[in-house]
Amino acid sequence: MTEQELSNATATLEQESGAEPHGKTRRMTLNMGPQHPSTHGVLRVLLELDGETIVKAEPVIGYLHTGIEKQAEALTWQQVVTLTDRMDYLANLSNNLAYALPVEKLLGLEIPPKAQWMRVLLNELTRINSHAVWLGTHAMDLGAMTVFFYCFREREDILKIFEAFSGQRMMTSYIRIGGLALEPPRGWEKMVRTFVSGFLEKVDEYEALLTANPIFKVRTQGVGHVPLERLLDLGVTGPMIRAAGLKWDIRKNEPYSSYDKFDFDIPVYEESDVFARFRVRIDEMRQSLRIVNQAMDGMPEGPYAAVSPNVVLPDREKMKTQMEALIYHFKIVSEGFRVPAGEAYVPVESPRGEIGFYVVSDGTSKPYRVYMRTPSFGNLQALPALFEGRLIADTIAGLGSMDFVLGDVDR
Amino acid sequence: MNFFLLSLIKTAIVTFALLTLLAYLQLVERKVLAHIQLRPGPYRVGPHGFFQPLADVIKLVTKEGVIPPGANKFFYLLAPVLGVALALTAIVVIPFGPEVEIFGVKTAMGLTDLNIGILFILALSSIGVYAIALGGWASPSKYSLLGGLRGSAQMISYELPMALAIVAPLLMLNTLSLREMVDGQAGFYFGFIPKWSIFAAPAPQIFSFIIFLIAVFAETNRVPFDLPEAEAELVAGFHTEYSSMGFASFFMAEYCNIVTVCCVATVLFLGGWHPLWPAEYGSNYVAPLVFLIAAGILFYHGRQGLRRWDKVSFPATGVVFVLLAALFLVPVLQPYIVPLFWFAAKAGTIIFVFIWIRGTLPRFRYDQLMRFAWTFLFPLAVLNLLITALVVALV
Repeated sequence: MTEQELSNATATLEQESGAEPHGKTRRMTLNMGPQHPSTHGVLRVLLELDGETIVKAEPVIGYLHTGIEKQAEALTWQQVVTLTDRMDYLANLSNNLAYALPVEKLLGLEIPPKAQWMRVLLNELTRINSHAVWLGTHAMDLGAMTVFFYCFREREDILKIFEAFSGQRMMTSYIRIGGLALEPPRGWEKMVRTFVSGFLEKVDEYEALLTANPIFKVRTQGVGHVPLERLLDLGVTGPMIRAAGLKWDIRKNEPYSSYDKFDFDIPVYEESDVFARFRVRIDEMRQSLRIVNQAMDGMPEGPYAAVSPNVVLPDREKMKTQMEALIYHFKIVSEGFRVPAGEAYVPVESPRGEIGFYVVSDGTSKPYRVYMRTPSFGNLQALPALFEGRLIADTIAGLGSMDFVLGDVDR
Repeated sequence: MNFFLLSLIKTAIVTFALLTLLAYLQLVERKVLAHIQLRPGPYRVGPHGFFQPLADVIKLVTKEGVIPPGANKFFYLLAPVLGVALALTAIVVIPFGPEVEIFGVKTAMGLTDLNIGILFILALSSIGVYAIALGGWASPSKYSLLGGLRGSAQMISYELPMALAIVAPLLMLNTLSLREMVDGQAGFYFGFIPKWSIFAAPAPQIFSFIIFLIAVFAETNRVPFDLPEAEAELVAGFHTEYSSMGFASFFMAEYCNIVTVCCVATVLFLGGWHPLWPAEYGSNYVAPLVFLIAAGILFYHGRQGLRRWDKVSFPATGVVFVLLAALFLVPVLQPYIVPLFWFAAKAGTIIFVFIWIRGTLPRFRYDQLMRFAWTFLFPLAVLNLLITALVVALV
């Protein structure tokens, strides 16, 4: 071996071990996505690589842009609910709620307790559903394929519950302005109870496969660390920020929809790495289960929607017997209801973080503007901070731990 | 009998059996993995997807082979050929059974017996690295390049602990020929503990066996060391750009390597075709028992078949199993098929472990993998070798 070859070989070796190379090296640009198995949708990340170390990472978004914000201005207030389903397609009911709350605030509606309790219950089921999908895909990215199928087994049960409630598995549109879309179906208690009673064991099963697994630990512990201040600067919310040590959960800090009447804990970890985010979400699943149980036990009786004939559709029986009901029905369906001029914003804790709709009304039956503050978009800002200086394999762990939904990012 | 004719017949049999086995190994893997993951697996082609491998082969052969523009054509085409050729060659030195006499011809079960058999296998697996490195380098794709880089580094690193783990039992067996190794592990201590390397008297080679298994997981690019083809990161790694027969060749090479290393593990550590306990205590009846139990399960499930054809297909397969069991009870046939059964059972168990682990574990990161090899596995292998050498020298 000549001296030249020898020095080349050492340079390559050092490069592989992560040390600074002596010789001249060229950086490689790798275009990850928008069609890549683990970018979770159509995210494109431009990576500048030195060996396998990432020097620069730049997310390119917009591949799923559907103009939902603009579309909302062309629909009536109630119709916008269906659009919110299609943003974060893993947490539809959280979106429904986040949109309904500010509009109800403008309308000055009093939501009956049963509807509020039901909203809480469904939102927590949504959280479990979303976290199950996150866990499955996250584990699959790290190579643990089986967890994916286990998680989707549980998700299937939740989707069946949603289907029973609303007739739709994903695009539920069940939480409407004024309350719920329909009376909960007969036998829903039994469905939810069956799911709840079995789910805790399933969470233990995931933990046995992952939390206790040394390979999973070395892949996630200390990976993707970002200090809390940086995360706050970037506008990150949700489990990511709770994994960095900040106890911030809108359900506790600014309770909405009677969340203050429920007893649950906010899991907080200090490490701010992929493993901490994993544990926060696993713990949240357990807490959500607690809330669901409480909601089941204390479910109040009463109407499922507010008593407000010019917003909420009358029930079919009244429509056939009472003149006023028929008129209201005609008005709501043909024109929609008018919302008093003003603006409102009510944040909601979605599985991914703070989601909120800043709605502006000019007094007509269509919104003047619906600005969507989505958690995925905020959380995605942390991507360069998570990736730079790390290895390609860590991007996979990092992407998974951010848990974004591209529909939520691009709208 | 003419040596060439005999070799030709044996080669034909082994090639046919091996290629079929490789195709069906893939089906077995998909089925086992599917059942771990709560799904039925391939199901459409034939009963329970039994003809799926056939469909796969037809599909892969008839697909257009695309050579991406910018590829180095010669090396691009050479890589898969090299991979599969080397993988298939390695099977040549594996002994499957003892010497037998068929129609008056005395011959050994196995293609050939080199006096340096184990070195031959090590050499072939070393050259096998070139297939991955060339495949990754010749494809004009960055993912392939990274996959090839990872693959060559990983395979070279893990060859060391693997070789050291192999050396330790060799010290006790005192031979490099695989057939003589198996012969050296014949017999029983106290009449019932087999003299396999992992139980052998002065220094049981359990640690060597475990180190060997870990190293071959890396050597064959399997989970948790499947980094060269880490799907989530590198799309498909070094064979991202391959299609049609190029892809099929890599695929076949991978499965062939698994079969080879499992056979080597069986020969080296688990006493080849020697039974777990002596024939006096009825080890010859294990095979018929296994088949009868399988047949019983099939009959039971056939009674309450979920699908229409289950009521026919389950009992039919059960009958085949009963016939197989009966075959093992024919005294004339016993010396031929009982050793084969034990060999297949041992190698099959290790293959099952391969699949099981794939269904359970996540994968390592590249740097962790290298650190694991050099700072943990390698020193452990050296220590194990030293202790074995010391014990062998003293006793």
